[in-house]
Amino acid sequence: MGTVAEFAVEENSLISLLEKAKQEPNNTRTDLVLDCSTVHRIDAADLRALEDFAQFATEKELNVILRGVRVDLYKVLKLIGLTNYFSFAN
Amino acid sequence: MIATEVVKERQTQPPAEPLSPARIEYLERLVRRSRTAAAVFSQFTQQEVDRIVRAMVSKGLEQAQRLARLAVEETQLGVMEDKVIKNMVATEFAYHYVKDKRTVGVIREFRESNLTEIAEPIGVLLSLTPITNPTSTVLFKCILAIKTRNAVIFSPHPRSWRCCHEAIKIMYEAAISCGAPEGVFTCVEFPSLPDNAYLMRHKDVGLIDATGGPGVVKAAYSSGKPALGVGPGNTPVYLEKSADINAAVVDIVISKTFDNGTICASEQTVVIDDEIYEAVLGKFEELGAHICNECETRLLEKTVIDPQTGFMQPMAVGQSAAKIARFVGLPVKPNTKLIVAPIRGVGPEHPLSAEKLFPVLAVYRAETVDEALRVCVDVNHAGGLGHTAVVFSRNDQIIRKFGIAINTGRIIVNSPGAIGALGGVYNDLVPTFAFGCGTAGGNSTTDNINIYHYLNIKRLARRTQNHMWFRVPNQIYFNRSAVENLRHFPSRCTVVLANPALEQLGHVDIVRRHLGPTTHIHVSIIPDAEPDAQIIHQGVESLNSYQPDQIVALGGGSVIDAAKIMKLKYESPDADLEELAAPFLDLRKRVVEYPTRKAAKARLIAIPTTSGTGSEVTPFAVLTDKDRGRKITLADYSLTPDVAIVDPQFVMSMPKGLTADTGIDCLTHALEAGVSNYASPYTDSNAMQAIRLVFKYLPVAYEKPDDEEARSLIHNAACIAAMAFSNASVGVNHALAHAFGARFHVSHGRANALMLPHVIAYNAAVPAKFMPSPYTQGYVAHKKYATVADLLALGGHTVEEKVALLISATERLLDRLELPRSVAALGISKDEFEKAVPEMTEVAFNDPSWRSNPRMPLMSELNDLFWKAYEGRGAFKIVAATQTQAV
Repeated sequence: MGTVAEFAVEENSLISLLEKAKQEPNNTRTDLVLDCSTVHRIDAADLRALEDFAQFATEKELNVILRGVRVDLYKVLKLIGLTNYFSFAN
Repeated sequence: MIATEVVKERQTQPPAEPLSPARIEYLERLVRRSRTAAAVFSQFTQQEVDRIVRAMVSKGLEQAQRLARLAVEETQLGVMEDKVIKNMVATEFAYHYVKDKRTVGVIREFRESNLTEIAEPIGVLLSLTPITNPTSTVLFKCILAIKTRNAVIFSPHPRSWRCCHEAIKIMYEAAISCGAPEGVFTCVEFPSLPDNAYLMRHKDVGLIDATGGPGVVKAAYSSGKPALGVGPGNTPVYLEKSADINAAVVDIVISKTFDNGTICASEQTVVIDDEIYEAVLGKFEELGAHICNECETRLLEKTVIDPQTGFMQPMAVGQSAAKIARFVGLPVKPNTKLIVAPIRGVGPEHPLSAEKLFPVLAVYRAETVDEALRVCVDVNHAGGLGHTAVVFSRNDQIIRKFGIAINTGRIIVNSPGAIGALGGVYNDLVPTFAFGCGTAGGNSTTDNINIYHYLNIKRLARRTQNHMWFRVPNQIYFNRSAVENLRHFPSRCTVVLANPALEQLGHVDIVRRHLGPTTHIHVSIIPDAEPDAQIIHQGVESLNSYQPDQIVALGGGSVIDAAKIMKLKYESPDADLEELAAPFLDLRKRVVEYPTRKAAKARLIAIPTTSGTGSEVTPFAVLTDKDRGRKITLADYSLTPDVAIVDPQFVMSMPKGLTADTGIDCLTHALEAGVSNYASPYTDSNAMQAIRLVFKYLPVAYEKPDDEEARSLIHNAACIAAMAFSNASVGVNHALAHAFGARFHVSHGRANALMLPHVIAYNAAVPAKFMPSPYTQGYVAHKKYATVADLLALGGHTVEEKVALLISATERLLDRLELPRSVAALGISKDEFEKAVPEMTEVAFNDPSWRSNPRMPLMSELNDLFWKAYEGRGAFKIVAATQTQAV
């Protein structure tokens, strides 16, 4: 039985938050929710971290759900081909 | 340098080798970095972008001299001082052009056309930069890219890599310091042709901007990627005899010596009018040019032009005149700026007519303007198509003639070609360092490449509120004795058109009595049938002979239609009826134009003697083409009578059958106009009123022909319905009735009656195919039928019920009028009908009447409707209300 971990992403906190999520030892976790509703802009470092995390999630068969993604941010993720790695929720 | 050395260098260029895995990984890293930068950049606002651009421009200006020095040191081409100017133009002038332009989000609004333009960045650009203008091109493209939120991978010409890399670094650092995303500019290290080929085909590269030689441009266009390929030129110059010689020669010297002639828009061959030839050459000499004699010209061409390829020797590119003279062995004065070589033609036999990116200028002496233009065209076609041309003249006709003859994106007038083409200095061309050369030059544009070429411009096209209209005669007189109003229309000569029956009934005399006492009246009797060419011809001859200033058409639709066409031909004898009857989809956009110039002018007064067609107020007229067995329908508001007199005394004697037939024609007009895609509140009010009058008074007029009130109101209803359909048109019912009536010689009203209940049911159902119409919002035909049912107080709660009740009421009306209720009831056998249906379907489909029908009829549906009409009552089914309301 899987569990759900949820993190609220704040501006400039994405990289550290993703690191934290990676290191969390809960092996039974199957879903991870990142609440992005307060994220208005993402920079290159954040994108690289997200790319790495997408890779990590794929390897660990972890379902990553991005919640509250604004369309501007969604478009950025689309432009670099990251949307296929995540689920999106309102 | 000597020619043999030049040839050697060209031959020792290394062949392209395949890329190693490590090199591919390196290039992939570059693209990934750029793609991320572009994605991040897409979030930036206009203000943020503008701040970055400003910082870059300031830094570029500050570093202009250093970068110019680096460029000359590395490339050994051009003039440092000129390259400083180039760098400054590339930054300052570019900034001046872009600074107030919107490139983020909504960039332009066109309120009149309801269009909004929105900018979308391209993403990753691959930019190939030339050796001739290395740092200036880089500075310029960096500014364009940042202004448009794009990331750029630069691949400079290998022999200018260091200076370009430095320019990119300066721009990048300035951009980053103002918040630009990291990786927004990258530069390929040790770029090679295979690198370029790989990047050109990379899926994440959105656009190639290739400035350079033909090889680079060709590679860009062959990659299958969108590309701005800007290649070589060969600028012809026409120095015409009216020109200011002093100014012209100074401009040419400025341009051709600028940066030692490395700008590809610089002058290559100057064609000079015979009358000023010697003076021009004298002026060149005076300004420091060396004029070659024939021997020197031969020597020069052998040295600076590759005899095998016909192209300039690369080692001569960007060198000074003095240096070139030394190579060639020309005895020139110290400080010679320019070498001028007279030539006698253009092409391989005249090597100096080719492009020369160094200060060698060919000159040609032309004896006539035509010869001069021909030679300029030859130069233009010898490698300069689409690029740049120059003309010096004070004669605007010559300037325009040159502009029309020459195929180049830029035609610079009375200014230096090289600097003129850059834009913003000598003219209002858009500042650039990349010249689009159009399709003739293998490019996709003739523009000076600018920010708009670095953007995808999206257009929000809002639904426009098309203009509509409600056009009817200026004056309509109605009710009993309305004919008395004829006296209000003074006339020198009036022709009364009528048919024999009306003359016998005394109607013509009534009209005659009410025309003014001083009016010469001529009565022209025409047959009571749809007019044909012969009737029209005779009528027009009669009009020509009497030269009336007024025509009174007294009769049914046929007489009034005939009068409309006769008037048209009388006023505009050259009008071609066949041409005017050409099909159209939208009256406002149709191809043919009705004549507006009139040879004569006559007022048309229409007095209907039936209550149905409404021809007295419509812009339509039907002509029968007996030779070809078809009808020609003319439609134009200029055909609409000037005055309509709707006087019921002329319909009191209408037979019952005609009353029923024409009355149902009127009802069909109103119902079809009511649900038409062209319906408007103006036509609706008329349609609804006509429907109400018909349902209430047509049975009375039919059953009690002497009931003057009923006759009068039905006469009015026909006119009111016609005003509706004159502006909203009719629909599929008419298309079916036309085809059926023509095939089986059934009167128009009766044919309409056979189709009507089925067409109401058909239009009220969910269409298999919707009719595109900018005039309507959603599908509303069923709701409008329901509104008609409410108007008639038929009851019902749902739209479906109301439509069903309207059909029943229509059925009852047809019964009361004793009209045949099926095609079979007309005595037409099933076999005969079956044989006719395919052709009738074809004819109905080609009928323009249904173009405004709310539902686009499929051929199979027209076929079904014919069969429903054959079977008659109850053949239709009302679709479920839930279905219709969901539409």
